[in-house]
Amino acid sequence: MSRKILGPFNRVEGDLAVNLTLDGERVSSAQVTSPMYRGFERALVGRPLADALVVVPRICGICSVSQSVAAVRLIQALTGVSPAANGERVMNIVHACENLADHLTHFYLFFAPDLAHADYAGQPWHADWAARLGSGGPAARQWLAARATLLRMVGLLAGRWPHTLALQPGGVTRTVDAVERLRLLGWLAEVRQFVETVLLGVPIEQMLALQQPDDLDALRAGAGDAGRWLRAADALDFARLGRAGDRFLAFAAYHNQGNAPWPAGLWADGRAQPLDLSLLSEDVSHSWYEAAPPRHPAAGDTLPNPHKHGAYSWNKAPRLAGLPAETGALARQLLAGQPCLTALVRQHGGSVLTRLLARQIEAAWLVQAIQCWLAALELSEPFIQPPTHTPLTDGMAAGLTEAARGALGHWASVEGGRISRYQIIAPTSWNFSPRDAHGQPGPLEIALEGVANQDVRIQHVVRSFDPCMVCTVH
Amino acid sequence: MKTLVWLGAGGCGGCSMSLLTAESPDCLTALAQAGIELVWHPSLSALSGTELLATLDAMEAGRQPLDILCIEGALLTAFAGQCQTLGGGEPLVARVARLARVAQCVVAVGGCAAFGGVGAADDAGIGGRGLQFDGDQPGGVLGAGFIARGGLPVVNIAGCPTHPGWVLDTLALLAAHALPASGLDSLQRPRFYADRLVHHGCPRNEFYEFKATAHALGQQGCLIEHLGCRGTQAHADCNIRPWHGGSSCLKGGFSCIDCTAPDFAAPHRQPLTTPKLAGLPTILPSDMPKAWFVALSALSKSATPARLRHNAQSDRLDIAPTPPTGKRR
Ligand code: SF4
Ligand code: SF4
Repeated sequence: MSRKILGPFNRVEGDLAVNLTLDGERVSSAQVTSPMYRGFERALVGRPLADALVVVPRICGICSVSQSVAAVRLIQALTGVSPAANGERVMNIVHACENLADHLTHFYLFFAPDLAHADYAGQPWHADWAARLGSGGPAARQWLAARATLLRMVGLLAGRWPHTLALQPGGVTRTVDAVERLRLLGWLAEVRQFVETVLLGVPIEQMLALQQPDDLDALRAGAGDAGRWLRAADALDFARLGRAGDRFLAFAAYHNQGNAPWPAGLWADGRAQPLDLSLLSEDVSHSWYEAAPPRHPAAGDTLPNPHKHGAYSWNKAPRLAGLPAETGALARQLLAGQPCLTALVRQHGGSVLTRLLARQIEAAWLVQAIQCWLAALELSEPFIQPPTHTPLTDGMAAGLTEAARGALGHWASVEGGRISRYQIIAPTSWNFSPRDAHGQPGPLEIALEGVANQDVRIQHVVRSFDPCMVCTVH
Repeated sequence: MKTLVWLGAGGCGGCSMSLLTAESPDCLTALAQAGIELVWHPSLSALSGTELLATLDAMEAGRQPLDILCIEGALLTAFAGQCQTLGGGEPLVARVARLARVAQCVVAVGGCAAFGGVGAADDAGIGGRGLQFDGDQPGGVLGAGFIARGGLPVVNIAGCPTHPGWVLDTLALLAAHALPASGLDSLQRPRFYADRLVHHGCPRNEFYEFKATAHALGQQGCLIEHLGCRGTQAHADCNIRPWHGGSSCLKGGFSCIDCTAPDFAAPHRQPLTTPKLAGLPTILPSDMPKAWFVALSALSKSATPARLRHNAQSDRLDIAPTPPTGKRR
């Protein structure tokens, strides 16, 4: 047995270290450490509820809109305000643009550069990647331009990104006119062109029609980066790398007049099941917080204690019915019944392959969804409900949504108009959770067990979850 | 080539993510154009963590030059620095202090690194400090007297997040030795953007002139009277140098919260609410006598065109300006 620490990691949002115990050539166990703590949950206590909309986006500079959406949904639940239909559509568009931009950032900035690593020199697929992603290669400028276009759309609708205040209980602060919709559709057409010709290499419709694993051959043969990446994934056996317990969790997202295209649920034992939110808890037994029994986030606390014996992360350990769960695009796709991914997960479980593929399928879906929401805007109708002037009721509420990386939940209590408790479970809190009181490892800790002791391979597994550490430790 | 190291302290990463939205040119082109070599950036670098630590050691020992040190995020000092460490359990703050002594220029990117940010404003319990300020008070982890080797104190690119143009222009000026001490204001913010007010170039200026006021979010009028707009006090050029090619907070329909100020997120700030004293907003332009403001407001209110009075409280520009007709007098 020997040990090694991998980190500080680059190309992740925030700080991350992984402590590995090695058994010869393989990882026998892993401890995932979030080494930074920022105290946002405590900073919110005592503030007027409206302050949350300024504070929570600043938890994260990469999924700032997702944080805003969670807070808006929470405030709406608490105050009974229901959003204008156009407001919901614009909120969805802004949120979808951010999530799509995140998928591009994940793939091109965080994940793919490892495939250009010198360790792989000489492999038949490597030169291709190195030429695309190496310094001065064309990929960087292409995806940066597409991402900037998406965020230009967010700019028009929400003023700026990140950290907008345009998303409010009741709708959005910006009314869109006919000419602006044309402009947005034009920019979206540019994004679509990038997604189809550069990222996927196949039309969006073809990506959304994937039925079974064999259908991926068309993608493999394609000229897009998705095909290039699949060819590498085959050679590196990504279909069997990074399996993590195969329990998947998602909250509903992109609400539209009472419906949500992505259902909430738990996918376990090979099938979708209803999600009982009362069974959520956060365990702090291995986290640098004062010892306490596992608590539902509505009753949770954040009391730091950096000297706690046996603790190794600032992240808490979220559990559903006492068990860990993985969250992200793959969880969303499984719960929505995407057949190709369902077949692949039934075969080998969740993996580096299926996590990445789920995001690429979702990228296609997002382009199409943004187009539909834009078309559905009723331009002569309101975009925000007029304020109701009903006094704020005290109480407790939750705001749930999906960030690119998975399920995001805010839980708050309000007394006398002020926040008395605010607890957040971010997607990476699930995926990068430390052990709990029963010694059960979190999803990434499970996924690293048995992986060959080769830094770049370990990094593929870590990055397949797209860690966002600033969110995790908030 | 000037070498640049960018470290992420206790922040949200938003300033880096904002930097990547730069267009015409994109940030990679802009940095190359400025002659800057990115030795390390947490999102952009391929170097591993151990390679980073070795590079930083070499810079501290003078074996490798460090021209520009950028810090993003507040310096976390609670728990003896243990709430943020960089390799081997050493507090990040200690590493930053040593690097600052060898760097030619030290740059705080964003309100967190400049003034401590959200974490400093609150009882977050993380001891968030700025590089050379604690809130609006000189000090910070480097001390009020700190001057970098190149002769400047810490350059505070304030903003939450920073506009990519503020960052790229500052870095280019520093690389070209074209940012003198006189180019910084009293909070050490680059004057090329901080000498402007958000109010300059706001599309709602005509409403402001006639005190035609929005009463609720979503309406077109000026946001100063009821919705807490701090644009007449906020030091930034957001409505002159737009975000994402054409936007700003005001164009997005919500008030400026003065995110380039040290205490913009403090609990007393009450976003989107106008603080009032004796019925009068207390966020009026700072260099205008109050009595004059009141007198001029009354006068201009009495002359408000019906068009502006209506549009101010509408979610659309319903009434167009009347085209000139007949003979001009
Ligand atoms: S909305 Fe704000 S920035 Fe715009 S004119 Fe009014 S006070 Fe000035
Ligand atoms: S308008 Fe105000 S709040 Fe918005 S980015 Fe500019 S300075 Fe910051």
